[in-house]
Amino acid sequence: MSRTKIYVPRETAAVSVGADEVALAIAQTAKKSGIDIELIRNGSWGASFLEPLVEVEVDGTRIAYGNVAAADVAAMFAADLVNGGAHERCLGPTMEIPYLVNQDRWTFSRCGLINPLSLPDFELHQGFQALTKAFADGSEAVLQTVADSGLRGRGGAGFPTGIKWRTVADAVGEQKYITCNADEGDSGTFSDRILMEGDPLGLIEGMAIAGFAVAASKGYIYLRSEYPLTHSILSRAIDTAREAGWLGDDIQGSGFSFDIELHIGAGSYVCGEETAMLESLEGKKGIVRFKPPLPAHEGLFGKPTVVNNVVTLASVANIINLGGERYAGMGVNRSKGTLAFQLAGNIKRGGLVEKSFGVTLRELIEDWGGGTATGRPVKAVQVGGPLGAYIPASQFDTPMDYEAFTGIGAMIGHGGIVVFDDNADMAELARFAMEFCAIESCGKCTPCRIGSTRGVEVIDKMISGQNCDENYDLLVDLCDTMEDASLCAMGGMTPYPVRSVLNHFAEDFASSEEPKNE
Amino acid sequence: MARIDKDTTSAIVAKFGGKPELLVQIMATIVNRFGWVPEDTIRQLATELNLSRADVHGVVEYYHDFRTEEPGKHIIKICQAEACQAMGSKALTDYAEKTLAMSMHDTENDITLEPVYCLGNCACSPAIMANGKTFGRVDEKRFNAIMDDLRGKA
Ligand SMILES: Cc1cc2nc3c(=O)[nH]c(=O)nc-3n(C[C@H](O)[C@H](O)[C@H](O)COP(=O)(O)O)c2cc1C
Ligand code: SF4
Ligand code: FES
Repeated sequence: MSRTKIYVPRETAAVSVGADEVALAIAQTAKKSGIDIELIRNGSWGASFLEPLVEVEVDGTRIAYGNVAAADVAAMFAADLVNGGAHERCLGPTMEIPYLVNQDRWTFSRCGLINPLSLPDFELHQGFQALTKAFADGSEAVLQTVADSGLRGRGGAGFPTGIKWRTVADAVGEQKYITCNADEGDSGTFSDRILMEGDPLGLIEGMAIAGFAVAASKGYIYLRSEYPLTHSILSRAIDTAREAGWLGDDIQGSGFSFDIELHIGAGSYVCGEETAMLESLEGKKGIVRFKPPLPAHEGLFGKPTVVNNVVTLASVANIINLGGERYAGMGVNRSKGTLAFQLAGNIKRGGLVEKSFGVTLRELIEDWGGGTATGRPVKAVQVGGPLGAYIPASQFDTPMDYEAFTGIGAMIGHGGIVVFDDNADMAELARFAMEFCAIESCGKCTPCRIGSTRGVEVIDKMISGQNCDENYDLLVDLCDTMEDASLCAMGGMTPYPVRSVLNHFAEDFASSEEPKNE
Repeated sequence: MARIDKDTTSAIVAKFGGKPELLVQIMATIVNRFGWVPEDTIRQLATELNLSRADVHGVVEYYHDFRTEEPGKHIIKICQAEACQAMGSKALTDYAEKTLAMSMHDTENDITLEPVYCLGNCACSPAIMANGKTFGRVDEKRFNAIMDDLRGKA
């Protein structure tokens, strides 16, 4: 009889709520009971609200048990866990969990499914098929397919990936680089992390395809330091790929050589901005560069460089496998394909939802998210990280579409959706936006560096009820200046959350008893 | 945590091939292992990497991770970013300051308390990091359990 496979994620969210202890309890209980099991540490399916999510494979079907604690394990074994026995934690087959059923898994198709550090498992699920196909089709075909797919950068700016790759491919230079932006600094986002922890070889394949397409022989991953578990998984995956000849010289006899170096950040939000990231990769302070020159022309060490987000790069393999048109067939308008939305904050069912563009904010918050964790009404959601607007309930029917969001003074960014209930103090959140900018500003431009500190002061005055109208005008002026005269989106978009609070939640500025203006 | 010595610094520099463009990586390795970068280490790095002391200082000052003061044995970071705020990180921070009898950014009784802006655990907020490990859904009871565990009282 073959050994029963039991899956327990080794992924930050799952581990943060006890997955390691659960895995240990399972191994010990199985041993004590003389049951032969194979314990697999998979990635996460993304249903973070169910973590730790344990699965047992019964006749080829995976049966899920949600929110398992180490203390539950003995009872689960007693209830015949190895045969998918009934237990209050049992959720039935994983593939029938409503949260997972209605997604469009394109980029995250292997997350949760496979053992992230098993090359055979990866290859069994299309791993390295796209790179092999790329070698056969040639770089020109790869560039065309990526352009046809309509894929846009998932790091936040939404720039067409096909155009970026074409620019680097056309740039002259012996040495070119692929840099993967894994700085994921936006609050409310964790899709890069889930991908790197659940399918690190998928990212490696994406980077190699990019390298092949533009003739770059070297790649860098810039990973934030707040992700130590990701670092350990990713570095092992890089070693695994190298040992198997999927990285290094003359990959699989293709004549193409490519290798990856893993760099770690040091707690700077601005280092997620592409040119600051390049500075940091060169060992310097993360000060934003003037553009032009574009990184595609003069990037890392002055060489033509592709800068792409983790999810952008990881989306490419299936685009090569299934065709650009297939990807472009999903989504709406100029927002093609899927995005990994991340439900966070005060939400009942937080986690990752990969879905075609066009889904509405309301569907994500209500159908997937189930409303707030506290059970209170939703007051606002911040979409797109700390530089994204706070959106009121009246705009929840906005479809997820880059241009539709721009139209309401908001942005989709990296797809983070942070939910707040009616206890949220929006004035405090506007203040925080300015404060965060003051803390993280790289200091290169005055409006960002000084303006944000001024912004905090002005908002403090408004909150304490001093000259509200005058300070309101001052704050609007400050926002105008920051928007107009900042070099990058740190200073340039910090006004977005601030203005959205002024526009939609102005009443939160008037402190309850105090008169608005004397 | 042991204090970094000259030979260890040299060994770390050598591990990174003595390349000045790897300064951030070298520094991250040092801070990861020893918790901070003392002034004499900064001087030594400048010499060994052939950089000006001002350059090395600039890098140390720029990055939040690079402490120039010795931290406590236990480093507790409490996430202050929006998703954790939505789930009560401010109250948790107040609670931590009160029970540990210290303020953010301080080091007291072997403990360093620091803010962090997102640990990527925003679906299980509020989140904290204790000695490099991330914890989610942290309420007051869980916070105390984590602290007891760290102090070996369990
Ligand atoms: C302040 C700031 C922070 C950013 N942080 C990130 C980040 O953490 N990850 C990321 O991929 N892009 C980030 N970006 C966007 C990058 O500058 C860049 O557009 C992106 O990495 C390009 O890759 P893409 O085209 O695949 O999205 C940030 C931009 C700014 C202005
Ligand atoms: S806007 Fe702020 S972060 Fe961006 S370059 Fe200017 S000072 Fe630096
Ligand atoms: S906002 Fe706290 S973990 Fe992301």
